[in-house]
Amino acid sequence: MIYLEIFISFFQIGLFSFGGGYAALPLIEAQVLEYHNWLTIEEFADLLTISQMTPGPIAINAATFVGTKVAGLPGAVIATVGCVTPSIIIILTLSYFYFKYRNLSSIQNILKGLRPAVVSLIASAGLSILMLTVFKTEGITLSNIQLSDINFIGITIVAISVFILRKFKIDPIKVMLGTGVIGVLVYGLF
Amino acid sequence: MKKNIKFYWKLFLSTFTISAFTIGGGYVIVPLMRKKFVEELKWIDEEEMLNVVAISQSAPGPIAVNTSIMVGYRLAGIPGAFVTTVGTVLPPLIIITIIAKFYEAFKENRIISSLLLGMRAGVAAVIIDVIIKMARNVTKTKDKISIAIMVTALIAAVILDINAALIIILSGAFGGFFYNFVKKAGDIQ
Repeated sequence: MIYLEIFISFFQIGLFSFGGGYAALPLIEAQVLEYHNWLTIEEFADLLTISQMTPGPIAINAATFVGTKVAGLPGAVIATVGCVTPSIIIILTLSYFYFKYRNLSSIQNILKGLRPAVVSLIASAGLSILMLTVFKTEGITLSNIQLSDINFIGITIVAISVFILRKFKIDPIKVMLGTGVIGVLVYGLF
Repeated sequence: MKKNIKFYWKLFLSTFTISAFTIGGGYVIVPLMRKKFVEELKWIDEEEMLNVVAISQSAPGPIAVNTSIMVGYRLAGIPGAFVTTVGTVLPPLIIITIIAKFYEAFKENRIISSLLLGMRAGVAAVIIDVIIKMARNVTKTKDKISIAIMVTALIAAVILDINAALIIILSGAFGGFFYNFVKKAGDIQ
């Protein structure tokens, strides 16, 4: 039964991918390329490209892509459901205990230590997205940096957007749509 | 806040649009959620949002999905969690299903790639804006320990490339130990 196989594979991917995002990659690769021959290595590389270009968690993107290839739209839906089922069970359990015991001072103390660290983790993720915009090619380090690698147009767009966001109360979605249109005008025309 | 159809629709629409624009995945969704639920709708306060993110990060599964589930549960119990989960997974489900069919054309299309390149700059700007606000909220407390944790975690994540889950566990353990035993609970507030 192909649907059950898809469900079980993506259930495992959801269950064992700690740290999110790229941590799920080796698990997806093992399930999709090694245990089942659902994708060729080229298709897997395509999947990675698509995931980077499109919105959404990489595990969900992979689930949909593989599900569609193997068993059409029902396959995509089942793979996605399989992928989020462990999250739903685990997070609902954690939520229950968190909202029940969050006022205990020992829990408060732990959370007080966590919060500044979370700010930094978000900053670190933001930094890697920023780097993709600042440089034209990937894998740039301080030692091999060249002026021609720097994407001045990208930096300008980011700087103006930050200014607009901080100066005016504007919906961030509108800012992103706006920079998308600017991207088409600037990069699409050259 | 009344839990009527309008509320659930707004909850669904919020997570759906956020997910549809979360290029880059993972933590990118968090600043957008903060902007929507903390700043705009004022349904959750800043501290709670950071707690939710910390717990979502320490559990397996995509952070974006985990955070959505917990935000939904916090606002409207199990039905809320169901609505936010569907809202979060639907955009990638729709987009990837379509792309999987027209992949070759999509890959070669210059308009689409430049649109996404431009949007990535917008995403970076939104994250910068949110990080400035969050970092300022930490420094505003004037709590030296919090500031030290933030700086240490930043170095650990960016320069030392230490696993995010490990950073969460260590800072939580440190907070629990330090505020319980070194500083008396009464001094914190």
